[in-house]
Amino acid sequence: MSARVEVEERVSFFRTYVFSIDHKMIAKQYLAIGLFWAVVGGLLAYLLRWQLAYPDTEAPGWGFIGPEFYNMLVTMHGTIMVFFVAMPILLGAFGNFLIPLMVGARDMAFPRLNMLSVWTLALSSLVLLISFFVPGGAASAGWTGYPPLSAKPIYTGVNWGLNLWILALALEFASFLMSGINFLTTPINLRAPGMSMFRLPLLVWMQMTAAILFMLSVGPLIAGAIMLLLDRVAGASFYLPQGGGDPLLWQHLFWFFGHPEVYVIFLPGLGIVLEIFPVFSRKPIFGYRPIIYSTIAAGILSFTVWAHHQFISGMDPRLAMPFSVTTILISVPFALMVFAMIATLWGGSISFPTPMLFALGTLAVFLIGGLTGIFNGSAPVDIYIHSTYFVVAHFHYTLFSALFFAGFAGLYFWFPKMFGRMMNEALGKLHFWLTFLLFNAVFIPMFLLGAGGMMRRIANPMQYEFLRPLQPLNTFATIATILLLLAQLPFVVNFFWSLFAGKVAERNPWQANTLEWSAPSPPPHGNFDTVPVVYRGPYEYSHPSVSEEWLPQDRPTMPTATA
Amino acid sequence: MFRWLPEMVSTYGGDIDAMMYLIYYIVGAWFLLTCGAMLLFLILYRRREGRRATYIEGNSLREAAWILVPCLIVLVLDLWIDLRGGEVWAKVKRHAPPSDHRVQVTGKQFNWEILYPGPDGQFGTGDDLQLDNELHVPVNKVVWVVLKSKDVIHSFFLPHLRLKQDAVPGRAIEAWFKATKPGRYEIPCAELCGFGHSGMNGFLIVHPADEYERWVKEHWPSS
Amino acid sequence: MAQTHVVATGVEARVASGIPTGKMGVWWFLASEIVLFGGLIGSFVMSRVGSGGWSEMAAHLSVPLGTFNTFVLLTSSLTMVLAFAAAEKGDQKGMRTWLLLTVLLGLAFLIIKGFEWGSEIGAGFTPMAGSFWSFYYTMTGLHALHVLGGVVVNSILFLSALMGLLRGREHRVELAGLYWHFVDIVWIFLFPLLYLSWTKGGI
Ligand SMILES: [Cu+2]
Ligand SMILES: [Cu+2]
Repeated sequence: MSARVEVEERVSFFRTYVFSIDHKMIAKQYLAIGLFWAVVGGLLAYLLRWQLAYPDTEAPGWGFIGPEFYNMLVTMHGTIMVFFVAMPILLGAFGNFLIPLMVGARDMAFPRLNMLSVWTLALSSLVLLISFFVPGGAASAGWTGYPPLSAKPIYTGVNWGLNLWILALALEFASFLMSGINFLTTPINLRAPGMSMFRLPLLVWMQMTAAILFMLSVGPLIAGAIMLLLDRVAGASFYLPQGGGDPLLWQHLFWFFGHPEVYVIFLPGLGIVLEIFPVFSRKPIFGYRPIIYSTIAAGILSFTVWAHHQFISGMDPRLAMPFSVTTILISVPFALMVFAMIATLWGGSISFPTPMLFALGTLAVFLIGGLTGIFNGSAPVDIYIHSTYFVVAHFHYTLFSALFFAGFAGLYFWFPKMFGRMMNEALGKLHFWLTFLLFNAVFIPMFLLGAGGMMRRIANPMQYEFLRPLQPLNTFATIATILLLLAQLPFVVNFFWSLFAGKVAERNPWQANTLEWSAPSPPPHGNFDTVPVVYRGPYEYSHPSVSEEWLPQDRPTMPTATA
Repeated sequence: MFRWLPEMVSTYGGDIDAMMYLIYYIVGAWFLLTCGAMLLFLILYRRREGRRATYIEGNSLREAAWILVPCLIVLVLDLWIDLRGGEVWAKVKRHAPPSDHRVQVTGKQFNWEILYPGPDGQFGTGDDLQLDNELHVPVNKVVWVVLKSKDVIHSFFLPHLRLKQDAVPGRAIEAWFKATKPGRYEIPCAELCGFGHSGMNGFLIVHPADEYERWVKEHWPSS
Repeated sequence: MAQTHVVATGVEARVASGIPTGKMGVWWFLASEIVLFGGLIGSFVMSRVGSGGWSEMAAHLSVPLGTFNTFVLLTSSLTMVLAFAAAEKGDQKGMRTWLLLTVLLGLAFLIIKGFEWGSEIGAGFTPMAGSFWSFYYTMTGLHALHVLGGVVVNSILFLSALMGLLRGREHRVELAGLYWHFVDIVWIFLFPLLYLSWTKGGI
């Protein structure tokens, strides 16, 4: 067993809140960074939606937007939401907070490396923030940064903004590579006694798969980003045909990373939902092992689909169908997970507190996101809907479900563990229903706009005859966006009010099984009073041998425990 | 959803639309079934005093069959979509008919430069004609477009013909279409290409046969 | 707002998988490094096959210097192995000597590489001279940065060994060794790809 020396120590303010090596404080730092950028990303969304609904008018609270600024808005909105909100919150905050607690460890395997990762992300955030204020403004070549547009300053008129964008991304990648080492080593090596791999909560499996996907896919893009930077500042010609380079090379490198990256974001979100479903259905998750196997299958498949972003890019048309087939096949493992979640509800005893509502919302929204992905994945249909609002609506249905619905589900669920107080249920439910309805009001019109052929990244749909009749849809989506942003106010109020005045939480307010609920709320540095011993899997709800509806992983009662 | 599609005026557009319908009905049915099951379970199994959830793990093959069989159906439907998709893709991309007319379209920030080879059918000869943003073609004829770009990537989009193809600098990419109805259709650029991307727009003018003759006469009076 | 609480010190002794935690961390790190260089090498091969005329450019690299440098780096891998062997036997002096040699060989590699770059740039083959040269400088440059990183790590180990700080932490030599061998292996791929793969009239 662990040979540990425990020292009573007065820890300074800086070591507690700033340069902390405690995974829980680091998780909160990630959460703070993610929420900060979520506000920025939301404001950018407001401005770009304003421009689309009322082109070239003054946006209230801001002013004139116009096409150049609009390109910057869409670029930075995408970059921020994917890399500076989704990853910090879903991996940085939830992964860091939950992995050590759920596996029964006192901290991450490499706490100092962990601190280095969050500070690298902070530095990266700073660089990205500065890029807004340099002459020429921030990057405006799309979040995918396709060269040659991104490879020469004259094409966009943005010089340092785009260089800093590349630098910020490189730092962000470095940060999450370091996190990945912790996310993988900790569950493999620091599991509590009795915690076999197949007793790990699914969230840990999802975080691990996400970490592997990220670490195995981001390398080529880092190489690609170095090349892009050299094209821009050193006159190299990796992507410029004038010097013998090839613009499509970047697309291959970007999407070889980009598609797995979708699952890097999505799987941790799914993990949150998979933790919440059994707790409020009072039933074991249906098909624990099949879910793990299909997660791994989806992870492997995700490396074989990248060229579905390039059906019309001019690559060899013979390559399209193989990529189309793998893309559509990826629906099978995800279908299995969806079916497993629904089967979990079957025969359950389901209650509907806020976390469960958001978890159910995630499932419903993701279902639409996943199913509409089949349209994009089908090569001939993609000819028409590629680069239209259909794609925009599709990926918002997948990523918004993972990031916001699952993210909020997780926040409402683990808030008592993180901060030791409960969140307000009434405000939470209000927040859910407003968010759910308004989200659909924003993005269903975009499917229709996409069917109508409206291109992504155009600043003014009124410039096109065939889009003019669709303009009411744009206006509708914009108004819904503004309301959706306002609908987050109940959450903000709830969050800060509960932080200071919420009902004090007990150790296990939801009567859940996983190890984090055996630790105090909030857990101290070192997490557990004594290192827990694990006797069973994480989802033993309503087990026939006990009278309670739950049976924590570390409660030594059941005779079958030694199996 | 489909009433929002722009009018379809090409020979293969109907196949692409049919493919969309096929997927729409398949995924629509799945959505209704899945969401229906979810809502049904939420109502049937809502928490009530005195009733305890059934303990089912779903790890044995017999239990897991409840999710594995639907997955198998998903797989079969996927393969169906793939097969049909493969046929349509081959029709559009692989078995293109021989060309009646050829034009070269060059994207540049922020125009489509359209080069007609003239009566000799050869590019780079004295009778070439270049027009900005105006592509004149006869109805019911196969037109081959050679796509190039002078600077960044643009995307040649003909929404009414269900055609989209990127124009990549350093490459000459071919695309084809056969318009089935005379009229004036827009050619927006569908790939972000800089500050003038929005509004980068051309026109495809599909002429009836006699009108096209007149247009040719007008521009190449000698022929 | 200072707090008092229990602080865990010392290494958590539990190793559920049997692979030492530090070693596993290094392995994951190297896995991500493999895909980084893999992506770069893959891009190089794709671009080269896709364009042509690179053989001519590759012929301008100095094969004798490249071969000699390969030899230098391979030798440094050997000295690293010997350093760890000495560390395991508890032979502190041997460990220090072999570490120092590894550092010096790494530096020698960088100096020779720098000299090569100098003469190539002198001959007009700058990174702007076309795609081959863009790739050449990026690949060898990124590799050289990794060599530099290794030299720094090995120097720190050497200095802490000198000060006697490495006693009881000899496994760090093994971890640094894993990384150093990786850097060596990358070069084994780069050398033939860049220096040797040219034929008259080839692509
Ligand atoms: Cu993808
Ligand atoms: Cu354009």
